[in-house]
Amino acid sequence: MRGSTTARTMLAPVALGVVAIALWQLLVVAFEVKPFLVPSPSGIAGAFTESFSHIVDAAKVTGLNALIGLVVGGLTGILVAIFANALRVLSQMLAPLVAALAVIPIVALAPVFYAMFGAAAHTGRQIIAAIAVFVPMYLNTLNGLRQVEPVHRDLMRSYAATAEQANRLLLLPGAVPYVLNGLKIGSSLAVISALIAEYFGGPANGLGKAITSAAAGSNYTGAWAYVLGAVLLGALFYGVTAGIEAWALRRRGGS
Amino acid sequence: MSATRAAVTIQGVDKVFRTRKGGEVHALSDVSLEVAAGEFVSLIGPSGCGKSTLMRLVADLDPATGGEITVFGKTVEQARKDQDYGIAFQQAGLLPWRTVRANIELPLEIHGVDARARKERSDELLALIGLEDFADHHPDQLSGGMKQRVAIARSMAERPRLLLMDEPFGALDEMTREHMQNELVALCQETGAAVIFVTHSIPEAVFLSDRVVVMSPRPGRITDIIDLSFSSRDEDLREDAAFYKGVTAVRSALHGGADASPGPRGVENR
Repeated sequence: MRGSTTARTMLAPVALGVVAIALWQLLVVAFEVKPFLVPSPSGIAGAFTESFSHIVDAAKVTGLNALIGLVVGGLTGILVAIFANALRVLSQMLAPLVAALAVIPIVALAPVFYAMFGAAAHTGRQIIAAIAVFVPMYLNTLNGLRQVEPVHRDLMRSYAATAEQANRLLLLPGAVPYVLNGLKIGSSLAVISALIAEYFGGPANGLGKAITSAAAGSNYTGAWAYVLGAVLLGALFYGVTAGIEAWALRRRGGS
Repeated sequence: MSATRAAVTIQGVDKVFRTRKGGEVHALSDVSLEVAAGEFVSLIGPSGCGKSTLMRLVADLDPATGGEITVFGKTVEQARKDQDYGIAFQQAGLLPWRTVRANIELPLEIHGVDARARKERSDELLALIGLEDFADHHPDQLSGGMKQRVAIARSMAERPRLLLMDEPFGALDEMTREHMQNELVALCQETGAAVIFVTHSIPEAVFLSDRVVVMSPRPGRITDIIDLSFSSRDEDLREDAAFYKGVTAVRSALHGGADASPGPRGVENR
């Protein structure tokens, strides 16, 4: 029952994807579209397999930046949210700053960071990814920490529990679904931010740089192959975090 | 009751809530009550009579506006810090990510009881509430009655001499409710704890209590206290004439002397 439902939910998007790619191939061939406009799927697939090892190496570089950003930004978001929840003044002070971080395109700061840390360092990219991840992690965690049922609050008070105990035993476990949702959102943002930051300079061994240099060298099919690599990297990050979320929610026995 | 010392004394207590618009709600006005050690006292009355508020003041969950409450001779704050009472609410309030056993052990864990002693105690309590087979289940796998049993076991985890219960069976169906009442009677006889039990079911109050405290709203105050001295509390009591007499007494006290209710006797009044 469960298996067939999963199969059915998988089947529909896969079928749509197959149809779309077939249609794309058909249109490119039928109208003889030039590769610099839109290369054919088969052409991209060819370029992808041809430079597969280089794409993997570049994805590792970008992926590591994104991962460091995800971990640092995620932990910072959780930690700051815990303090903001405990201190109402702090959350009020942070509100405009977080709103600003949410609307400012952080990647635009990339050139500034390259100037700060030197063009040979990945630090700027990692910071950008971390800032991008911080926002949804902070907001989701804070929201989760505030979802305490009054009956649980009363219980903790009746037990004369310390703030540390209430956080560890009640607030944080209660916020887990929200934190994991924030992590899932943050994972895509980390990859996007780390990738786009490469467009503005810095070390040239990542996926973002590979896309721009292939396009600059008129290797459009190659550029698309790197884009495909970036899509897969993003999907990997999202898939892993979504998997962690599903696993953790199943393990805690629903709610 | 063989009470040499009072479990709870409440003297001239007032509670005023300030509403957001600057108004005042007089939730309790000059309430005085004494609960002896080992005594079972129910608070009954219509919504807004302050019965839950009174219990929350004893638990030090809210501060009283005036008057004095002592629990085993201490201030309510000290009694709370010393864990002199166990508490259960209408909602079971179990932590959904913890197993039944871990939920029962929660207060013990907070107060630094080591793992072996915790397991020993939760084994005892699981046997007491008949849920040994559900120790490793999560709350979402339990029925409402089972959850409430777990909540009651949790309230007894530290062997308190006072139990505070705010409509713990309020959300249960009548069958489960009577079953739970029987269990509670047995548990109280075993532990000898004093109980303050908030309810708005007349038969429930009569079946469980040594004394039923009748309250009325606006402002919340005690209007009557009805002594019930049943020789034993078991299933037969529910059919006993003395039980019906108690129900009638509480009912007429609730209606201010005259029994104006058109409903059949013994049916809960809410």
